[in-house]
Amino acid sequence: MDNLFNRKYIVQGLFIVVSLILLGTLFYIQVASDRYFLSAESNVLRKIYTFPARGIILDRNEKVLVQNEPVYDLMIIPNDFKAADTLKPIDTLELCNIIGIDMIKFRKNLKKSTNQSLFQPSIFEGQLSVEIYQSLSEKLSRFPGFFVQSRTIRNYPDSIASQFLGYIKEVSAKEIEKSEGYYRPTDYIGKSGVEKSYETLLRGKRGVVRMLYDVHNVPKGSYADGKFDTAAVSGEQLISSLDIRLQKMGEELMKNKVGSIVAIEPSTGEILAFVSAPGYDPNEMVGRQSGNNYMKYLGAPNRPLNVRPIAGYYSPGSAFKPLDALLGLQEGVIDPNTTFNCPGGFRAGSLWVRCEHVDGNIALRRGLARSCNTYACYVFQKLITQKKYKNQKVAYDEWQKKVRKFGIGDTLGVDLPGERRGRLYDEAYYSGKYSKYWGYSTVISLAIGQGEMATTPLQMANIMAIIANRGYYIKPHLVKGIGTNRTIRPEYLKKNYVGVDAKHFEPVIDGMQDAVNTSWGTAIASRIDNIIMCGKTGTVQNSHGKNHSVFIGFAPRDNPKIAIAVIVENAGYGSTYAAPIASFITEKYLKDSVAVYKRAQIEWMKKQVVLPAEPKPKVVTPKPGDSAKVNTPPAGKQTIKTVIKPKPAVK
Amino acid sequence: MSNQQSNRFFFNVDWITILIYVALCTIGFVNIYASIPTQSDSSVFNFSSNYGKQLIYILAGLVLGFSILLLEAKFFSVFSPIVYGITVLLLIMVLIVGRKVAGNQAWISIGGGFRLQPAEFAKFGTALLLSRYISSFSPKFRDFKSILFAALIIGTPLFFIMMQPDAGSALVFLSFMFPMYREGLSGYFLLIFLGMIVLFVADFLVPMAVLIPIILAIGGFFIYQNRRKQKVMFSAILVTFVAIAYLFLVKVAYEKVLKPHQRTRIELILGLKMDPRGVGYNVIQSKIAIGSGQLTGRGFLQGTQTKYGYVPAQSTDFIFSTVGEEWGFVGCFVVIGLYLFLLLRLINLAERQRSTFSRVYGYCVACILFFHVFINIGMAIGIVPVIGIPLPFISYGGSSLWSFTVLLFIFLKLDSNRMGFI
Ligand SMILES: [Zn+2]
Repeated sequence: MDNLFNRKYIVQGLFIVVSLILLGTLFYIQVASDRYFLSAESNVLRKIYTFPARGIILDRNEKVLVQNEPVYDLMIIPNDFKAADTLKPIDTLELCNIIGIDMIKFRKNLKKSTNQSLFQPSIFEGQLSVEIYQSLSEKLSRFPGFFVQSRTIRNYPDSIASQFLGYIKEVSAKEIEKSEGYYRPTDYIGKSGVEKSYETLLRGKRGVVRMLYDVHNVPKGSYADGKFDTAAVSGEQLISSLDIRLQKMGEELMKNKVGSIVAIEPSTGEILAFVSAPGYDPNEMVGRQSGNNYMKYLGAPNRPLNVRPIAGYYSPGSAFKPLDALLGLQEGVIDPNTTFNCPGGFRAGSLWVRCEHVDGNIALRRGLARSCNTYACYVFQKLITQKKYKNQKVAYDEWQKKVRKFGIGDTLGVDLPGERRGRLYDEAYYSGKYSKYWGYSTVISLAIGQGEMATTPLQMANIMAIIANRGYYIKPHLVKGIGTNRTIRPEYLKKNYVGVDAKHFEPVIDGMQDAVNTSWGTAIASRIDNIIMCGKTGTVQNSHGKNHSVFIGFAPRDNPKIAIAVIVENAGYGSTYAAPIASFITEKYLKDSVAVYKRAQIEWMKKQVVLPAEPKPKVVTPKPGDSAKVNTPPAGKQTIKTVIKPKPAVK
Repeated sequence: MSNQQSNRFFFNVDWITILIYVALCTIGFVNIYASIPTQSDSSVFNFSSNYGKQLIYILAGLVLGFSILLLEAKFFSVFSPIVYGITVLLLIMVLIVGRKVAGNQAWISIGGGFRLQPAEFAKFGTALLLSRYISSFSPKFRDFKSILFAALIIGTPLFFIMMQPDAGSALVFLSFMFPMYREGLSGYFLLIFLGMIVLFVADFLVPMAVLIPIILAIGGFFIYQNRRKQKVMFSAILVTFVAIAYLFLVKVAYEKVLKPHQRTRIELILGLKMDPRGVGYNVIQSKIAIGSGQLTGRGFLQGTQTKYGYVPAQSTDFIFSTVGEEWGFVGCFVVIGLYLFLLLRLINLAERQRSTFSRVYGYCVACILFFHVFINIGMAIGIVPVIGIPLPFISYGGSSLWSFTVLLFIFLKLDSNRMGFI
């Protein structure tokens, strides 16, 4: 029987079921899914970024190396523009006239921005001048969808130190991904030099204002009373160790030449000059033409983008000889008066290492002053054939470990990207190469800094700093103060001892003093009036052309203020180019000006064109992370041959 | 009225229902207040604003409601034909002198900036006459004549409402099927309606070439099953053919009768179109607003979607999106809970009536409210097409609030007098 009263429950049941359906749906869209919540945020919330000024970089005397210059980018949100345009046509022609483009370009830009994103702002026309910006800002309200974003670009008042400073460019997609959301398209990032190695300090902190917008795109004030907003924080200021005067002079002297100058203050490890020639004007890497200029320099002869002071490989040559003497003294295999005979060369088994002179009986001081190859080879022979070692291989391994303490064969840890290790092999390498049939005579060319040994100009200058300091160095660095507190990384305060007692340095320094200051010295061309400069020339043979001209040294002898390494590629003898250039810079630094009678020489030097003859020597391209690579010689790249001539064995 | 009478009156009136009524009106006012885009003058007594006006409507509604409680209970039964007649006349009048709002001719201006929407009042006019008819003639809806007569009572105002056209209000008239069902109408009628809705939806989602074989297969199965029971077999054959005819009819009606914007709305609701800034914009924005409320809501006046005008018709048809955004799932739960409690209580109250008139009328009230709540909230969360009907007691607007008040308080009056005979 159909009891009508029971139909009440069907009706009530229906009410309950429908209510549950409603609640279930609500639960899904409100609690289970946050899709709608996020959509709501994107409806009303716009993040407006304020860009911090990038940190400026000063030289050691707080003169500006890099500063910022404001530019204005015209931005567009294509969707807003199109929506407003359909509602009421916008006078785009007027906009074109103001910013100085034609309608074809306008449509091209619009299409490019639309392709990038319909709803996100993108740069419509970049880097407007201040004048255009001013006339535009008055009328901007007539062009919905457009706004102006101010930004700063880098400016280099002296157009110097390009390789040290590096450059900034728009971030790549890969960098954006790697930064885990820090960088956004159109952001700039340091791509090389200090701009890269100090990126996180220089970039500062982007500010963000969260604004609420109503359905008509009218701003309605800040989100949550600005609780989550942040102000832009300018990047830290960096005080570089560089001395603008030296840098400028160095770059002028190296004009039309290929090579490096590195000058270090020995007591602090601060790099005073960091010249890589050829260079480029850093201002060319800024602005609308930067892309083209970058490509121009990328393919230019002698690779101006290479950072030679830390990535160029050169045999140290004679510059290595002070190390022979120092290690010999420390090991006790020689004393300052130990004499060897130089008949014009050194016999090592079947090899004959030629000396530039026939020096006769020669001891340490004169041996260094004359840069006698024979003397160096005898010391090396004594070191490797010491009785205390089981055999020569063990002795060699001990020797190369001691040499490494001088910063050869590994990166020094300078605060620039792309530093390379240089080249120096251990015992295992030679045992692998020659099996057990090798000894001191096989590697004798290392005694004179040739053969399988390569150093960067920075490492050469650092060796001079070690000698100037009588036994230690502080890691060379280019930034001596970060921020207003001028903090310095602790690693750049630590003294690294090389394991040779201070007393052993004096006889070596005597020899280096004589090299510069006596008539029989090889580096007489670098003499400075009233200052005792100590140094060594080097003439590094180059299989691809003329020899490289090298000078290393420091001054003054007591309480040294500057250690320097100068390399001029393909310039012949060290005394012709490298030594005078080093002396000019040293004199400028120590005396504030170069003696008047030398001015003509300086002008002459600036005018010299010393470029490699074809085929030009290829220098290893520095790549980020290159320093981590095993120090195997790049095949077919620049190699420096030692003066080793086989001679019939005559007894 | 004597003292004794008034005591009995206050004792007998269902105060719980009145409490829920006041609660819902308050919720409405609070959310209408929150829905005003920019608050330059946020005084509650700013009578030029929507919330100011709603306050007047609520107060007037209370006066109206309690005036009804003071009337004689007999009045409603006796005068139901007259009330019905007046509402039908108003519906005709609105077609002649009414104002067009959003394409629909639904409003009569009554001066002072106030407007009347006769369709709202037609609901209780119809409810009264239907109750009177059933109580007077005790039809069990077993015969065609009684069904036709009831259909006439419901159909007359429905016809004029569809002339406006006001699909939402017309749809609500389906709710009168439930009181008829309670009074004896066969459950098959409800099932047929359910089947029609299922077929209607299927018509859009499944191509004819698939749908017809399926219907034929199901129909064939039942025909084969009942091949010995001749009568059942014939009705199965009939149902199968009617179903197929219905499918074609819907297709034709859909393409010829419905307006383009109604068509796209139906297509959107069935998930046939994605169109974030087009016709579906209202629903998407409403869903975003509700969804952004999450569990506990953004808090009073904190709803960004509400405040910045992202949801159209915020204070009227889409008021529920404000509830959802600012009060979250908890708030929605409370509102739906209040409605459900009210509806269940109304059914219980209806069942305790001694007079058929009061019982039928109670069912009418509950089912009209149910349709409004289900369609309005369903629309706000995107499970029902966008058909503009108000959320009872909560949506902004005098006509709807007063008509619901009158609808409800007539029943409360009848209920308070349940011991007497009408
Ligand atoms: Zn010699």
